[in-house]
This record gives sequence, C-alpha cells and structure tokens, in this order.
Amino acid sequence: MSETSAGEISAEQVAHLANLARIDLSPEELESLTKELGQIVESVAKVQEVAGPDVPATSHPLPLTNVFRQDVVRPSLTVEQALSGAPEREGDRFSVATILEEE
Amino acid sequence: MANSTARKVQLMDYDRALELFEPALGFEVHVELNTKTKMFCGCANEFGSGANTNTCPTCLGLPGGMPQVNEKAIESSIRLGLALGCEIAESSRFARKNYFYPDLAKDFQTSQYDEPIAHDGSITIELESGREITIAIERAHMEEDAGKLTHVGGATGRIHGADHSLVDFNRGGVPLVEIVTKIIEGAEADAPEVGRAYVRVIRDIVKGLGISNARMEEGNVRCDANISLRPRGTTTLGTRTETKNVNSLRSIERAVRYEIQRQAAILEAGGTIVQETRHWHEDSGTTSAGRPKSDADDYRYFPEPDLVPVAPSREWVEELRGTLPEPPATRRKRLTAEWGFTALEFQDVANADLLDEVEATIAAGAGPAAARKWWTGEIARLANAQNVPAGTLVSPRHVAELAALVDSGTLTDRLARQVLEGVIAGEGGPQEVVDARGLAVVSDDGALIAAIDEALAAQPDVLAKIRDGKVQAAGAVIGAVMKAMKGQADAARVRELILERAAATE
Amino acid sequence: MTDLTRLSASDLAERLASREVSSEEAVRAHLDRIEAVDADVHAFLHVAADKALRTAAEIDGRRAAGERLGPLAGVPIAIKDVLATEDMPSTAGSKILEGWLPPYDATVVRRLREADLVPLGKTNMDEFAMGSSTEHSAYGPTRNPWDLERIPGGSGGGSAAAVSAFEAPIALGSDTGGSIRQPAAVTGSVGVKPTYGGVSRYGAIALASSLDQVGPVSRTVLDAGLLHDVIGGHDPLDSTSLSDTWPSMADAARAGRREGALSGVRVGVIRELAGEGFQKGVKQRFDEALVLLESAGAEIVEVGAPSFEYAVSAYYLILPAEASSNLARFDSVRFGLRVNPSDPPVTVERVMAATRDAGFGPEVKRRIILGTYALSAGYYDAYYGSAQKVRTLIQRDFSAAFEKVDVLVSPSAPTTAFKLGEKIDDPMAMYLNDITTIPANLAGIPGMGLPIGLAPEDGLPVGMQLMAPARADARLYTYGSALERLLEEQWGHTLLSQAPDLSATEMFASEEGAV
Repeated sequence: MSETSAGEISAEQVAHLANLARIDLSPEELESLTKELGQIVESVAKVQEVAGPDVPATSHPLPLTNVFRQDVVRPSLTVEQALSGAPEREGDRFSVATILEEE
Repeated sequence: MANSTARKVQLMDYDRALELFEPALGFEVHVELNTKTKMFCGCANEFGSGANTNTCPTCLGLPGGMPQVNEKAIESSIRLGLALGCEIAESSRFARKNYFYPDLAKDFQTSQYDEPIAHDGSITIELESGREITIAIERAHMEEDAGKLTHVGGATGRIHGADHSLVDFNRGGVPLVEIVTKIIEGAEADAPEVGRAYVRVIRDIVKGLGISNARMEEGNVRCDANISLRPRGTTTLGTRTETKNVNSLRSIERAVRYEIQRQAAILEAGGTIVQETRHWHEDSGTTSAGRPKSDADDYRYFPEPDLVPVAPSREWVEELRGTLPEPPATRRKRLTAEWGFTALEFQDVANADLLDEVEATIAAGAGPAAARKWWTGEIARLANAQNVPAGTLVSPRHVAELAALVDSGTLTDRLARQVLEGVIAGEGGPQEVVDARGLAVVSDDGALIAAIDEALAAQPDVLAKIRDGKVQAAGAVIGAVMKAMKGQADAARVRELILERAAATE
Repeated sequence: MTDLTRLSASDLAERLASREVSSEEAVRAHLDRIEAVDADVHAFLHVAADKALRTAAEIDGRRAAGERLGPLAGVPIAIKDVLATEDMPSTAGSKILEGWLPPYDATVVRRLREADLVPLGKTNMDEFAMGSSTEHSAYGPTRNPWDLERIPGGSGGGSAAAVSAFEAPIALGSDTGGSIRQPAAVTGSVGVKPTYGGVSRYGAIALASSLDQVGPVSRTVLDAGLLHDVIGGHDPLDSTSLSDTWPSMADAARAGRREGALSGVRVGVIRELAGEGFQKGVKQRFDEALVLLESAGAEIVEVGAPSFEYAVSAYYLILPAEASSNLARFDSVRFGLRVNPSDPPVTVERVMAATRDAGFGPEVKRRIILGTYALSAGYYDAYYGSAQKVRTLIQRDFSAAFEKVDVLVSPSAPTTAFKLGEKIDDPMAMYLNDITTIPANLAGIPGMGLPIGLAPEDGLPVGMQLMAPARADARLYTYGSALERLLEEQWGHTLLSQAPDLSATEMFASEEGAV
C-alpha cells in the first residue's frame, strides 16, 4: 500500500479500508467515496497544525478513574432473549456461514 | 481428513540444528481468571452451562451495551503482576483491538495496548539439570476472552471442510491476563525444556495465588510459542513463527523442539521462514501453517472510550503484595532442604502435583519420607486407578495418623494399606478403621506363642533344624504364624519368639 | 375543551395530578394529533398506540386509588429511535436494524417508565445519528413543521418535529455534535445536551462514545428540566457516568422566573461564533437577544476561543474513528440484517461485507471508512491522535472563558432550516452546520438550545445556544428560563404558537416578522 501525503487518499487505500471495515463497495461507490474522502481528509488534516508534541491528548472529556464493579453475579438474559434477534440459529446457538480464515 | 501431506516436512537433527543455529524464544501465556463474573459485565463466569445462558447486552455485543470493570479481576491481575516481579502501572488503560470474527461479540476485543497494568518483571526457572534461567517479562495485561465456535459438517470438527459454524457466547467476556515474555536468548539446546518449565512455573504461580483453576487441559492456561533461529555468529534475529494450540506442558516442549528442527532444515536448504501462525497437532507431533501475518493485521488500537483509566493506589498495591504466597522457586528450595529430599525425590512430589498434600501431612506430624512414600506411592496409585486427584481421596491429617500408627508398631506396612482403603471408603479415620476391622498388630505375646507352638508342632523337622542352629529355617514357621494371625503380627517379633520357644522347649 | 396537545408537559402534569384530565385522554389526544399530521411530518417511525393507552389507563387507575405519583406521571413522551426499548423496534434510523426488538430497555427508558411517563412511539433520526438534517434516515426524512419542504435539523429531527408539531409535549433525544440543540433551533423548540456523564448512555446505540449524551427535547425550558430530573444521575452500568448528586433542573428553571435572575450575570459571546458569516436574520435575532439580556441586568463580555477553528476538523476525526469501532458489531451474526453475497462462496466474511453494504447508508459508510483511516497504522498520530489534542485545546479555551463569564452564548446554528435536498450532496457543507454546537461535545460541557425568534427574511425559527461549565447544567436552566420569560413577555406569546396550522390542507411558511 503506497503512502500518500497527508490529505490525499487513493482508491486503493479506500478499497483496503473497506475490506478492513468489512463493507462491500461497488465500483461507483468506491469512486465517489474516494473523491469525497479526499476532500474531507484534506480539510480535517488541519488538526495537525496545532497538535504539537507538548499538547496532551484528551480521550475522556471528564476525567474519572477507578470505576469498578463488584465481582457479584447479576441476572443474565434468558436464552430466548439472547437469541431473539438471531438471523439464524440452531438450537441455542447462533448459526453462521463457513468461516474462511482461522483466527 | 488425512494429516499426511504430499510433501514430507524435512526436519534437521536436533543437535545439528543447535550447532548451526541459535534459537530465540518468546512466550505469550493467557491465564483464565476464576472470578465469579466476567471481565466487563455481571454474567457468571462458569463452565458447562447451557449455550448462551450467561449473556447480557454487554457481552453479547448488542447495540447499546456498555462495559463495567470487574474489581476482582483488577486485583488478581495486580497480584499476578507482583508475583512476576513486575512494576504495577500508576495509570493503566483499556484499549480496543478491532477485528472481525464471529466469536467476537463486539467485533473488537477490549484489551490493553500501550498502558498495561503490569510491566517489566522477571522470574527464574530451574531446569532438570539444575541450570537456572531468568526469563524477562515484558508485560502482563488484562483482556476478555471470545465466545466458543463449533464447526459443523467437516470431518473432524475443524474449520476446514465445515458446512457452517455455531457460536456460544457463554465464555465471551471471561477475564484473561496475557503474559508476554521479552525475547529469550541463550536457552540453546535447553530451549524446549525452557518452554515447558516456564509455563509450568506460570501455572504454579497462578495456582498458588488462587486466581485461576490453572488446568491446561481445560484451557485455563494457554500458551503460544514464538520461535526463530539465526545462524551462529550473526546478530540479527531470524523470522519467527507463532505456534498456537499447545495445550499441555509436554506439547510445549515437543512443539519448540519440532519448530527448531523444521526451521533449521528450511534455512539450511537456503529457504526462508514465513512469518506466520502455526498450529500444533498433538497426534502427529507436527506444526502446520495457519494464516500468514500481514498488513491485514491492523488492529487500529485506540483507548477504550467507554472505560476510564485504572490507577491503583500504591497503598492498595502494597496491601496486595502482602497477600502473595511464597514464590514457587523459593518454596522448592526451602522444602527440599527442610525435608532432606534429594532433588529427584522432590521432583517426584512436585511432578505429581502433591507438594501441598505432602507439606500438610508433614505439618500434621508425619515424617517427610513417610509422607512422600504414602502420597507418591499407594495414594497416587489408587487415585490414578479411579482417575481422580489424589488430594480428594484422603486428608493429609489422616495420612499423618496412618504413618504414626506404622511408626508405633500398631500397624505393619501391609496392614496400613488395608486401613488406608478403609479410610478412603469412608469408614472413618485410621484409628477408627483399625478398631472397627480389628486390624491392629497383635502385641500380646501370649497369643503369638500359642500360634508359634502350634506351628512348631506341625513342623517338627523345622524345630529340629532351629535347635541345630539353622535359624534361617525359622522362615517357614514365620509364614505359617503370620497366616494364622491373619497378618496382624509383627514378623520380627514372631521370629524372636520362635527362636526363644525353640530354645525353651528343648 | 382545551386542546390537550397545546399544553406544556408541566401544565398537563398539573391537570393530571388534579385529575381534571386523565392520562388516557391526554394520550388519546396526542395519538389523534399524530394521526392527523404525521403523514406529512413523518416524525415517528413507530407509534405504540395500544400499549400507550393501556399504560395510561393503568396509571389513571393507580392515581384514582390514591397512589402518589411523580411530577410527570401520565404525560406522554416520544423517544428517539437511538434508544433501546424492549417493546418497540429500535432501528437507529438504519435498515440494518429494521424491526429489531431489543431484549432490554435503555436505562433512561427504564427511568421514564418508572416515573410513569407514557411512551407514544419512536422518532426518526439520521442513520446512526450521523447527520444534521434527518435526510440520512433509511426510512425517509422528517419534515419541519414550520415548512414541510424544509429539514427539521438532525440527527434528532424526529423528536424536535414531534414536539414542535404538538404530537408530543416532550421527547428524548441524543446529542453527539448538536443533534438535540440544532434541531431545536430550526424547529423553534428547546433541547439540552447534559454534561458528559450526566445521563446514562447504557442502551443508547453508540455513535461516538466520548461525545454522545442523551437529553431532553421540549417546548419549554421547565419541561426540559422536569424530564432531565427523571433521566439524569449515576448509572453503574455506564462506567463514564458521573456520581454527582445533581440539583433539580426543574427547580433551577423555576428560579429563572424570579425577578433579577439575570442581574450581574456575565454572559460571554464567543468571538469565533458571534454570527460572522451566519445568515443575516440569525445574527440579527442573536444580537437582539443579547440586548434583551443586558436590559435584564446581564453583562455581555466578548471572549475568544482560537482553537474553535479546529473543532469541526477534530470532531470529524474523533467521531468517525469511534463510530467505525462502535458500528463493527453490526455483522449479521447476533441481530439485525443478514444478507448473503449474490455469488458463492458464502463465507461469514462475505456475508458480513454484503450485509453491511446493504444495511448501511452512504453517510454511514463514508464515516466508517474515514474513521478506519484515522485509526489505521501510520495515520493514527496525524489524525485521531492529533484530534484528541485539539480537544485538549478546546477544553482550555472553555476553561479560560469561564474564568471571565458565567455562561457562554452563540447562535445554535448558522442558518435557519434549509430546504430538503439542498446540502445532501456536499458532506463538508453539511458538517459545517454543527460549527456552533460541536465544541461543547468535544469539551464535555452542557449546552441548551432555545428559540429566540423568527428570522425576518424567511419567518423561520432561530435558536440561541447557552453553554455552562461541566456539571453546571442547572445554570443553563436558570438563565435559559429567564431569557425565555423575557422573550415571551416581549412577544406576548410563545414562539411555537406561531407555527403554521398543520392540520390545514395546505402548508405555508409563517408570515414574515411573525414575532
């Protein structure tokens, strides 16, 4: 995968990202997405202007720490509730098509 | 499905491989914690429940589900980190590891990335030869387990050839601690044993801490082995492979050895090692290629926004340090010396996983040799026959009592074994069984003399021989007397009395 | 007979408490209204008529038996479809969740049921809350009750339209970058985004976890406060929820009605959001509102927030990154849509990709891919990492500002409601609608949007945004309520009373200068 300068994004990259995100894209979608994303990436890249090394990152707006739960069992969903949305099931398990890749 | 491949895998002779190449190792061990609930929700952490009976919106990855951190899991992770000699982070964060797989309910795993709970530790292992090796620990971090996949329709229940798969999320979300070593160099020819010994020590540590059931055969402790070779005299590390599915200590040893031999053969023939995941096959004793590691392994880690940092106070850490049991190596040295065992004798006990039982039996008053003899001998034999752990058959206290009865002469060794059977059968403690079954050695000389006289009368030629000075002949009489006494006699005393009687009745 | 749908929630609650009116009557009146106008407005994706009437009757029964009920008991409410409801489909405006019945209630839904509010149904929204116009809903857009050719704002256009069309007195919404406050502005209603962590997110289908908050949507500030009191507070199931004991927001609103509520209050106008480049009528009404505040004793202070220039960019990196991860779970395995690929092999990997292609709309795909990019190896520092730093700078700007002022104000949106279809093909133009509201989400501070008039050039509603320091939500209610009173006194009526009559056969925009 070739590196492009910040702000540009290639169709090849978009196809790779779509694969990472498990979304099929038609060729038309790929083309329009590449164009749109190029524009967006160009404008959002400006965050690098002010993100100096001395500025810490904030991932939580309000700083909390040590929020814990006691190791006490809480009621689970019933099996029927758990399976209620299953597109396909076999007995009490979710059924999926053959898996290509081992984990 | 056949395990045989059209192309036979070349293996280099192990010793030759070590002559040409230097192995480098790394181990990733996953420990399943035995908390009551899962890592991020209150669903029960238990085995054997009906499929999908222990799930909730959080661990099932339903829209709107959110995680809540199990305090006990944090505590166990910190204790494990301390036992591994690690620094406990002042601030630690969870991170999302993003990838798609049907057994991953959220299609990301909540794990830890650049701020693990524990880092930079070390443990020392001892090999059978007595060689000690210090293994540097890179980190120990917390994460959650995935659900369980069953593959349907294929020949052996594996992915290949399966028609479809079924998912059970009961185990999804169970707390895991992943322990990662730094690269281990210098193990040399001991590499396979190093792997085995290292994982064994980890297992003993987590068992001693009480944070895991520590049964490898049940997946409580899982090991991935990283192996690479470099030609002797070079400094650049070779390409490594990661071998998974090694489910026992013996497998680790075999897998490391196999990979060294396999990689050596490839390198010697001018080939290159593919950086890949490999699977260990217990039945054939081989590894096979899994999927190659590639750019597709971009997990896009970022800090978990639904959880806040874990910042264990130094007071809490020290409090937990105070709860640590003695490290296995220290304990081993201390007990070996205290008990006066040889290294091999101690090894016997340790290998049979009977250290705790033997220690408790000695604490209850038995001598070390007797404790070892009973546990690794008769009790282990009976346990294996019944396929149960030895510790479930009889208590250390009872074993100590039994040993005392033999010591005092109340029981012979043979009688003691009968008493043991009775105790195991639930008839009571040793003394109770002795009394109930009347198994005590007869100490009343009178009864013995009566039996002796009878036996001598029945064998007059033996009597004559004894009087002649051929004392060995007494053996024939001893047997008869023991039989008459139903074994409840001290054979040495019987012999003494026979000689006395033979002389007296002249 | 009073039109029950024209009452505020608090007025209705009073009549319910005195038993002048039954909950069943009130619910029926609103169901009738929905039937009369929702074919045009399309605020609702699901209406639970039978269940609502049964619930109302049950509440009436308990009240008749002498049971003492809560302040909003028996009042009907609409719920944004982003919230999990056990008895109603929860789609988040997406085809991928069409018909999905959650096996559980979101915490806020459980709380409103426990407080005896009566859910009427689920409201429309941009798919997965991604949007500013509700045009990205997979179920068709919602139309602005002020002009059915125009957008009601987004992503919570359905809830805002429902209250401004008098289909429900109050509603629940969610706000990630303005999804409550901006629809409030363009529909002439009230909406509040609480302090981050002030209201539980458990059961709210996640978009961007570090930005999302659930909040009240209403026609009056007091109503928003009453609803806020029901839903707010710590939830052990949400590890980011605050354990603070909160004061009553309803009481804070009532305090704003007192004489002198605004005297000495320092009101900060953010230079970067003061209306330069905004629609003329929006700026005009905003400036007029400032004058009004001043006349009531407030001090207007100009403050600068230089890092706000980067807020939209940071937002459109953080949101897609977190969303790309939050939306990964829509994988065809455990719930929702499953689509097989049209050609073999049918592997789970291909089923996932085909499902997500069919189930996600273009805006969602756009943001997922963008977010995947922002997090990917080699790009993290430049994009996501940098955006999180901008967040720090924005928090610092707010902290500095709040040293000098008690509350910050800006127009809630740069324009009044634009026409359906006008901005749908230009993502960046759409994103810039959130320029005023995004900073509060990035910083985690609370914000309120309330109506301040109609723009003279088009007669469409204009809203003002108030922002307070984190945890000072009550301040918004006091000052907002005070401003509301001043405006309504000036007008002689509420703003929404001027909305066009939807039950007439033809739609028309309100006259110019209706205020």
